[in-house]
Amino acid sequence: MSRFGERMPQGWKAVAWAGVAVGVLAALVVLPPIGFRNPVAPTIIGLIALTIGAGSFIRGERRVGAYAMTAGVAGFAIGYLATRSSVDKLDAVVIWGALFASTIRFATPLLFAALGGLFSERSGVVNIGLEGMMLMGSFFSIWGADVTGSWTLGVLIGLASGAVMGLIHAFFSITLRSDQIVGGTAINFLALGITSYLYVRIYGTQGTPSEGLSTIPDISLNFLYDIPPDRLGGFLGDALAGQDLFVWVGVALVFAVWIAVFKTPAGLRLRSVGEYPRAADTVGINVFLTRYAAVILSGILASAGGVYLALGFINSFEPNQTAGRGFIALAALIFGNWRPFGAAVACLLFGFSSALAKSLQEYSLSVSTLFEALPYVLTIIAVAGVIGRSTPPASIGKPYVKQ
Amino acid sequence: MTTVNQQTPTPEEEEAQGALARYLHLQKAEGLLAPLITALLAFLIGGAVVFATTKSVPDVLQTYRAIFEGAGLDWFLPWNTCQDPCVPAIKLEQTLLVWVPLVLTGLAVAFAFRCGLFNIGGQGQYLAGAIASVIIAAELPLHVDLSPVPLVLLCMVAAMAAGAGLAAIAGFLKATVGAHEVITTIMLNWIVIWVGTYLFGFEGPLQNDQAKEIPVSNNIADGAKITQVGVWGHPDLQGLPWISLGVAFVALVIYSLLLNRTTLGYEVRAVGFNPEAARYGGISVARSYVLAMGIAGAFAGTAGALDVLGWKFRLDTTDFSSTIGFIGIAVALLGRNTALGVGLAALLFAALQTGTSTRNLDPEIFPPELATPLTIIIQGLIVLFVGADIVVLLLLRRLRRGRRAGAAA
Repeated sequence: MSRFGERMPQGWKAVAWAGVAVGVLAALVVLPPIGFRNPVAPTIIGLIALTIGAGSFIRGERRVGAYAMTAGVAGFAIGYLATRSSVDKLDAVVIWGALFASTIRFATPLLFAALGGLFSERSGVVNIGLEGMMLMGSFFSIWGADVTGSWTLGVLIGLASGAVMGLIHAFFSITLRSDQIVGGTAINFLALGITSYLYVRIYGTQGTPSEGLSTIPDISLNFLYDIPPDRLGGFLGDALAGQDLFVWVGVALVFAVWIAVFKTPAGLRLRSVGEYPRAADTVGINVFLTRYAAVILSGILASAGGVYLALGFINSFEPNQTAGRGFIALAALIFGNWRPFGAAVACLLFGFSSALAKSLQEYSLSVSTLFEALPYVLTIIAVAGVIGRSTPPASIGKPYVKQ
Repeated sequence: MTTVNQQTPTPEEEEAQGALARYLHLQKAEGLLAPLITALLAFLIGGAVVFATTKSVPDVLQTYRAIFEGAGLDWFLPWNTCQDPCVPAIKLEQTLLVWVPLVLTGLAVAFAFRCGLFNIGGQGQYLAGAIASVIIAAELPLHVDLSPVPLVLLCMVAAMAAGAGLAAIAGFLKATVGAHEVITTIMLNWIVIWVGTYLFGFEGPLQNDQAKEIPVSNNIADGAKITQVGVWGHPDLQGLPWISLGVAFVALVIYSLLLNRTTLGYEVRAVGFNPEAARYGGISVARSYVLAMGIAGAFAGTAGALDVLGWKFRLDTTDFSSTIGFIGIAVALLGRNTALGVGLAALLFAALQTGTSTRNLDPEIFPPELATPLTIIIQGLIVLFVGADIVVLLLLRRLRRGRRAGAAA
């Protein structure tokens, strides 16, 4: 652990962070409440941010420098587009409270799945089956809540289905030592097939029941509206007051996972198994058992993402409901460098990009589509090492053979 | 590290090779046996799903028979006489139409496999090819007057270049900064999907000029269509895709020759077996990674072009959710990365796809709306077991080694 003073940004790093702030400002000046109507202002401010970013990038502060450059370009783009749209439309797109609420709703399924992926990958087992595990959680939570009439049992049934998928993945990749990527691909196929089959079989063409379905309750935090000043209270209320229970479970889980993985003996065992299983085995850690536990837990958490999506957010199921969210979660995990808080920030960023895409539909359908691709572009840039390398656990993807 | 027996690697060495390397090493060992067992096992478990639906064993057999006939495979049975219009022939044509892109996306995965790379981006490369060819075939004839042959060739080349370029990004990142190709190809898949949705979706720059209410591209020019008139079956129906079939066969031959008869192929395989040894032997590993991915992408891109020019004639944004590139993974795995194997595995998956389609499956025997999920389950089971068939092979080898040791003592 380094001392606190060393952890504060200094020198070029501080300059680069200032550049990020300037980049954000470029977008802010055109938006309500400031609302400049002239494209020159965001262009100049965006260019300043770009210059600051490039300067600190060249002088060695690559990661934050790149952030500043990105912020500059994005700030300019948003600012420029905003000045060209009509004021009415702009107000429809940018209602900050609603945008943040929507960001959180999009980020939460990703967060659960990314944290699930974290356990599996930290133990050395690649999990590209997150998508399939989420999908299982989605269907079985709705079906469970429908059959039992209780959302609690629905959640449990959904999580159990994820655990079963995790067990299958664990059995094939750990015990049978088959290729983990092939196994994950198979999980995705199987989950899509099984859920579509059961959906058609049970619900046919009518869709899942909407009347009287017991769903995960929202947590009412209406006191947030009373926080002075009114603007702040309104924003906090819009953003947080009506969120689902699972949103707060997800927030708590980030801290819990951080403590579990980095601050407990069990977490140390988990990471050692993922970095150097032979050494872990030598000191008496059961590599197989640790990996099994991690992969099954990964299935449970990933399916929790699907459970929230179906039973907390949308309140129904349709075939292939997750539509690639498992892969965005994988991207968030990698972008966040296999760390809980990094993954959480990445989930918020990707969730924001989805939320923005959704609200931009009012303004332009085609531009909003491009925002959907942003998470994947950012992740490629991250793994390419342009903004600080993402380093996976050393033994990831390699099956362990006990001697 | 020296061991008592140079022939058999220690478990530690085996571990260092990783599952993929061991898989590559063993894939030639057991020929046709393991894939057959794998497919049978998958169909057996798939049969359990059918049984759960139909609730009787004879119905399970009936269902598989209906799928077999839905795919038109009964055309091959010599005792089967066929009236005019010949229904099995028409169905077989559809199977072959699906066979072509499956062969090519299968080869895209297989070629990268032989270089030790897992190309999960067949989907994106296929779509990149489809997008490139639809843009050229629909937009270029509006500005330039081109006769059919150069137009089709141009579309094919553009599609190959698009697929190759996309895949080469992943190869380049692997070669230069060591970014894992599985991650980068997954990300590239989704980037292509969203760029395609942007181009041809609502208000997109290349959305259909006439039909603004549906998210499709413009229709391709008539000159760019490579469909053939009905040689078989009914004249009104889709004919046998001679040109596409030809391209797929040529691709299989090129794949085999390129890998086994050229310096490039030797280098690719050497890197696939052991990159360190290949580097020591003077082979540029980075160059092999980029080239192998590029060639793989060119195969998948060709598939996209053939589908667009052969029967789609335009791209719908729902086309982006097809799983043809992912089935390519199953094809390559089941076909053990050999040309013959890929051809046969693609036939199995194409028949499964066509045989369970709503149009071809007899609704009296199995509800067609359940048939597509059933197909996906069987595909998943095949991938699952194919991934594990290394266990069968390892067990066989252990047994033999044990027997050899026993004989020596």
